[in-house]
Amino acid sequence: MSCQFLLLLLLSVGVSAVEVQRPRGVPLSKRQFYEEGKPFTCLDGSRTIPFDRVNDDYCDCQDGSDEPGTAACPNGSFHCTNAGFRPTFIPSSRINDGICDCCDTTDEYNSGATCQNTCRELGRKERESLQKMAEIAKEGFLLKQQLIHEANRGLEDKKAKLGDVQGSKKDLEAKVEALRTVKEAAEQPEREAKERHLKAWEDQKALIQKEKESARMAEVFLELDDDADGFVSVPELLSHSELDPDADGSFTEAEAQGLLGGVDKVDTAAFESIWSNVKEKYMSESNADTPAPEETSREEINEPVSDNESDQYPDDDIPEDEDDDDEEDEDDDRDEHEYKIPPTARTEEKKDDDEGAMPPYDQETQNLIDAAQKARDEFDEAERALREVDDQIRNLEKEISFDFGPSSEFAYLYSQCYELTTSEYIYRLCPFNRVTQKPKFGGSETNLGSWGKWAGPEDSIYSVMKYEHGTGCWQGPSRSTTVKLTCGKETVVTSTSEPSRCEYLMEFTCPAICQEPPNLEISSHEHQEL
Amino acid sequence: MAPLLVLGLALCLSGTWAVDKGNFKTCEQSAFCKRQRALKPGESPYRALLETMELTNTRLTLQLINDNNKVRLLLELYRLQGNITRVKINELKPLKPRYEVPDVLIREPTTEPLSVLSQDENGVVLSLGVESQRVIISARPFRLDIMEGSDVLMSLNSRGLLAFEHLRMRKDTQADPEAEKKEEADPANQAETTKEEEEKVEDGMWEETFKSHTDSKPNGPSAVSLDFSLPGVEHVYGIPEHADTLRLKTTDNGDPYRLYNLDVFQYELYNPMALYGSVPVMVAHSAQRTTGIFWLNAAETWVDISSNTAGKTVFGKMLDYVQGSSETPQTDVRWISESGIIDIFIMLGPTPKDVFSQYASLTGTQSFPPLASLGYHQCRWNYNDQEDVKSVDAGFDEHDIPYDFIWLDIEHTDGKRYFTWDPHKFATPKEMLQGLMDKKRKMVAIVDPHIKVDGNYKIHNEIRSRGFYVKNKDGGDYEGWCWPGSASYPDFTRADMRAWWASMFAYDQYEGTMENLYTWNDMNEPSVFNGPEVTMHKDATHGAWEHRDIHNLYGLYVQMATAEGLIQRSGGVERPFVLTRAFFAGSQRLGAVWTGDNAAEWGHLKISIPMCLSMGLVGISFCGADIGGFFKSPSTELLVRWYQAGAYQPFYRAHAHVDTPRREPWLFGPENTALIREAVRQRYTLLPYWYQLFYRAHVTGEPVMRPLWVEYPQDLATFALEDEYLIGRDLLVHPVVEEGARGVTAYLPGKDEVWFDVHTFQKHNGAQNLYIPVTMSSIPVFQRGGSIIPRKLRVRRSSTCMEHDPYTLYVALNLQRTADGELYIDDGHTFNYEKKEFIYRKLTFANKVLSSVNLAPDAKFTTDSWIERIIVLGASKPSKVTLKTADGQEKQLEFDFDASMSVLTVRKPGMNAGADWTMTFQ
Repeated sequence: MSCQFLLLLLLSVGVSAVEVQRPRGVPLSKRQFYEEGKPFTCLDGSRTIPFDRVNDDYCDCQDGSDEPGTAACPNGSFHCTNAGFRPTFIPSSRINDGICDCCDTTDEYNSGATCQNTCRELGRKERESLQKMAEIAKEGFLLKQQLIHEANRGLEDKKAKLGDVQGSKKDLEAKVEALRTVKEAAEQPEREAKERHLKAWEDQKALIQKEKESARMAEVFLELDDDADGFVSVPELLSHSELDPDADGSFTEAEAQGLLGGVDKVDTAAFESIWSNVKEKYMSESNADTPAPEETSREEINEPVSDNESDQYPDDDIPEDEDDDDEEDEDDDRDEHEYKIPPTARTEEKKDDDEGAMPPYDQETQNLIDAAQKARDEFDEAERALREVDDQIRNLEKEISFDFGPSSEFAYLYSQCYELTTSEYIYRLCPFNRVTQKPKFGGSETNLGSWGKWAGPEDSIYSVMKYEHGTGCWQGPSRSTTVKLTCGKETVVTSTSEPSRCEYLMEFTCPAICQEPPNLEISSHEHQEL
Repeated sequence: MAPLLVLGLALCLSGTWAVDKGNFKTCEQSAFCKRQRALKPGESPYRALLETMELTNTRLTLQLINDNNKVRLLLELYRLQGNITRVKINELKPLKPRYEVPDVLIREPTTEPLSVLSQDENGVVLSLGVESQRVIISARPFRLDIMEGSDVLMSLNSRGLLAFEHLRMRKDTQADPEAEKKEEADPANQAETTKEEEEKVEDGMWEETFKSHTDSKPNGPSAVSLDFSLPGVEHVYGIPEHADTLRLKTTDNGDPYRLYNLDVFQYELYNPMALYGSVPVMVAHSAQRTTGIFWLNAAETWVDISSNTAGKTVFGKMLDYVQGSSETPQTDVRWISESGIIDIFIMLGPTPKDVFSQYASLTGTQSFPPLASLGYHQCRWNYNDQEDVKSVDAGFDEHDIPYDFIWLDIEHTDGKRYFTWDPHKFATPKEMLQGLMDKKRKMVAIVDPHIKVDGNYKIHNEIRSRGFYVKNKDGGDYEGWCWPGSASYPDFTRADMRAWWASMFAYDQYEGTMENLYTWNDMNEPSVFNGPEVTMHKDATHGAWEHRDIHNLYGLYVQMATAEGLIQRSGGVERPFVLTRAFFAGSQRLGAVWTGDNAAEWGHLKISIPMCLSMGLVGISFCGADIGGFFKSPSTELLVRWYQAGAYQPFYRAHAHVDTPRREPWLFGPENTALIREAVRQRYTLLPYWYQLFYRAHVTGEPVMRPLWVEYPQDLATFALEDEYLIGRDLLVHPVVEEGARGVTAYLPGKDEVWFDVHTFQKHNGAQNLYIPVTMSSIPVFQRGGSIIPRKLRVRRSSTCMEHDPYTLYVALNLQRTADGELYIDDGHTFNYEKKEFIYRKLTFANKVLSSVNLAPDAKFTTDSWIERIIVLGASKPSKVTLKTADGQEKQLEFDFDASMSVLTVRKPGMNAGADWTMTFQ
């Protein structure tokens, strides 16, 4: 290789010594337009000038073509041969500006700048790096083939699995229906037995209630019957001002009489018929407490709970919150649970207190309930299984239809995550899902964008991924990340930056983007320029 | 930058986009302004005590007495060289000295003799020496009139608004009223003072609260005020900085114009609120005369303007004229300052340029900037790290857009500790600077005056141990909140502090710096996030003085110390470049100023013109606005238009807020990149013209960017123009500043003038409104017939790369077929021009001969630059063109003639730009 190169170099020296003369800054390809001694026609054809005006440091042609080797034309360009490296054009404004642009130093022929010819060095480095890149590309491309193969196999697997799952879904659906019938069949007798049981208990409760009522009536009668003559009379009633029907502060005899059904006094039997007039308002002489209605007390317990519920969503304007939507969500869930559990428990307690426990079911009813519960559990189980299968199908369908590149070569990135740790942060790229950033020394995670789309230029759309709608920035847009993919043997995040506030840039290498390496033998045809 | 991200502030600023006016005082909320403004015109209580008059060769002194309180004032009157009258009024015997502004005048002004023409018990008439100018001092009530012939040029106290709050002992807190009486009867006091009428103590005299801030006012009331009447004047200008029209408005129906350097967050357009800088200089202009008033006071100041024609319609004015009725138009102005003394300089013109040179003789001229600083500046808050700087730099080369400076905002420092570098992002600053130097480019890094209070920070420790910090009212180091968090503020009013600060810029002190690093002073109002009106407490102290006395001067001192540092680090060889946000009279001597934190809105683009014109009128030529707008994100159209407009304003820097998306010129598609490239290239071709205009500004004080009326002082149509302006005398610019514009109407002044479109060479007659259709590439610019403008057409990647390039001379002929211009060349960056190392030539075209004559035969400088082309606009076709050089040799030159546009292009005459030559067109 080096021998060959040396030879070429020697050859080129020889050639340039012999051949020469094309004006400074003209590429070989345009040499024929600049013929020594013959009038020169501007390359745009606009005018013809004597040859001595080519490169005479005055711009004669509109297109700058008469001054390829000077800075005279604002739109000219200068050709550096750069033997040993890559030939290039530079704007003619860079000729003799004191800055070395061409590695062969030809642009600084009259500026006093001391430029070193670095073409060989650059050429060597470039070849090395090309070589390296080509090797990477080659290996990467092989890996890519494998990835494609795996992806295809994976795809087949998934399709097959989808078929399977879809089949099993049918079975499950049938099973669910069957179990539903079983469940409903078991629930019918259960319901009836439970109702019976409840009815019996309620009857019994009513009976007890009634007994309690008679006892209280008798008690009240005795209390009211101050003179113990076996009658409750109007005067006796008047001592209980709380019984005043219009509650106007004066309990008249007429009113008392009205309460007694129009008579002056009643006996025990007659008292029973007017009991309903008295019982609500009557205050026992021994104990003046009025039991509060049950409903009221329950509401009072519930009210503070609803207050708490509104409190748990503080106004969202605390700036620190901006960074971690997700965690905030979790917090909310937890909060809701905390606030909701206690009141439920308390309500049940209350119920028990007031109504007394229902007696246990009899064995027959209990058997029916157990049977029904079993049917229900089996049904629920089957239904859950069906839902799982549905999820599975959805995921499989999504994965199968997802754009993982022309040959699904990016499929292996799905449900993977790749991290890069910088001095301050840990960046995490989960391809096709999202990008996050987490401070290295504690602190919450920030969403830098969720999968948006492939966003490369038209000819290589798969070279760029775009993640969008991340956590919002204060007074700014929501965060987004552009991921640039380059060919590499390994799948790794190589760098991250934030060129504009909240717009992140990530470099990501992976074999899936590798292209078939071009033929490596490039150096020879480049040197034809000489 | 502005205090955007500070949490406390951020919270109250929500999302709405406008200045929070409630953060800043109105006149009503500023106790002294309210007190003073409550005084209405009427008979002045002041009387001149003629018997106390003393006249020496250099000055006249005279006592004034306030008949209400018997306090005596001392009036001093000086005739200064160059048609300036200085009037100083102070208390005859103040309780303690009152502040007189130092360091603004470049020297004690040279006086000229005054003589008494006549005197009686009613007053004195003094001769001002020149022409028939006189000063009449009337005794009862006191007033002062300056006359020329029978015309009154200006009257002082003619409306009786002279007010001088004398220093007094505090009464309300004194336990024993007898003790007070004793003090009042101090034998040192005048007999009259014992009879002093009890003045009522008003709110805000001894203490004043604004929002949560209390101003302790230990010295009590100390305001001064004076009125000026300007007969014949309808147009007044100046007193920047305000986001308002070029022509100042009357203030009868609103607040006065306020001068109080403030960090105004998201400022609003077209109102008299104070902004970052203050120059208390007003210029009055009429077709007959231009005059100026310089009110030398650094305290908070308010300026009221009223006019007897303000309410009149054009028709009403015509009616007055036809009926021959009515008074002459007159503008009345009133200045109110919170403390200090009355020290005014009345500049009597009579031409605009006379006023400029009169003002320059007092406060100096524009500093002569390094040539490179007239190129394009690329700034952003922030370029993130060295890699970022490198890639932006490379972007300019890739897209072939020239630039000279890339800027680093506050994030480059180690935790907002100025004079340091972030150890991770800017680990090897010298390497970065060397990379730029290799491309002949430069950098600016920010150094703000607030110093992080941090025991591990060398700068802080040094300042603290030397006692250099401003003190709070209790004598401790003043602390406020700014970018670094808790910060203290060096007392830049101290010469020893400034000397120390300057020494910190030495290469061995300011580590990581090289000669291509320059400085930017931001936040030097000073900005104090948690201070009253976002600035320093007025009762903070600077030695014997309160911050109240010196406030508007602080920013000037910061820039002064910084510029001195840059000069010193080069051993006095290199010219400094320092950009400042806060400024005062005299700041023009120190560097460049920009219009602060503007916004990406068309209105802000538009107002950049009157804002910079106003500064230019009062000496500050090196002015510019953030290209693209600092806050918010510009539309592509706005950005392109701003690059185009900015290319024709003196300071050309793009800047953007940290929260805005990137906007380097190549991020908006190739078409817009090309438009921006073209605008920047136009700027670079004109650098020789800009540079020589700055040289002129440095020598004469005349503005680089100037209103049309400066050159056409009798053309009434130009008096309020602010959508177009002149660069020097010869380029008229009417930038496109409207969204979706299809055309602009430019006024071309001068009925005997012709103007050439610089892009098409189309000739237009003067004294017309010309409609110019525009596209996105249009920047309407015209060259005046009669001028010669040198350009360098070989635009390279920085101005330094173009140093040795040849010139093209644009000769635009007027109706007399003559033209003239200048060519100034020096090394572009050192003070050697002061040692006469420059080329300064006069270019003249007359009688078909173009010649170059040496204007400075005693100067010497050699250049490699030569004349590559001469373009004659409005030419006729010669039969031959002959060049004759100094050695007597003659040669025929080739030329092209474009008959359709009458443009003659002479090909490659080739003579050295510094040589004598003549070129004959036969």
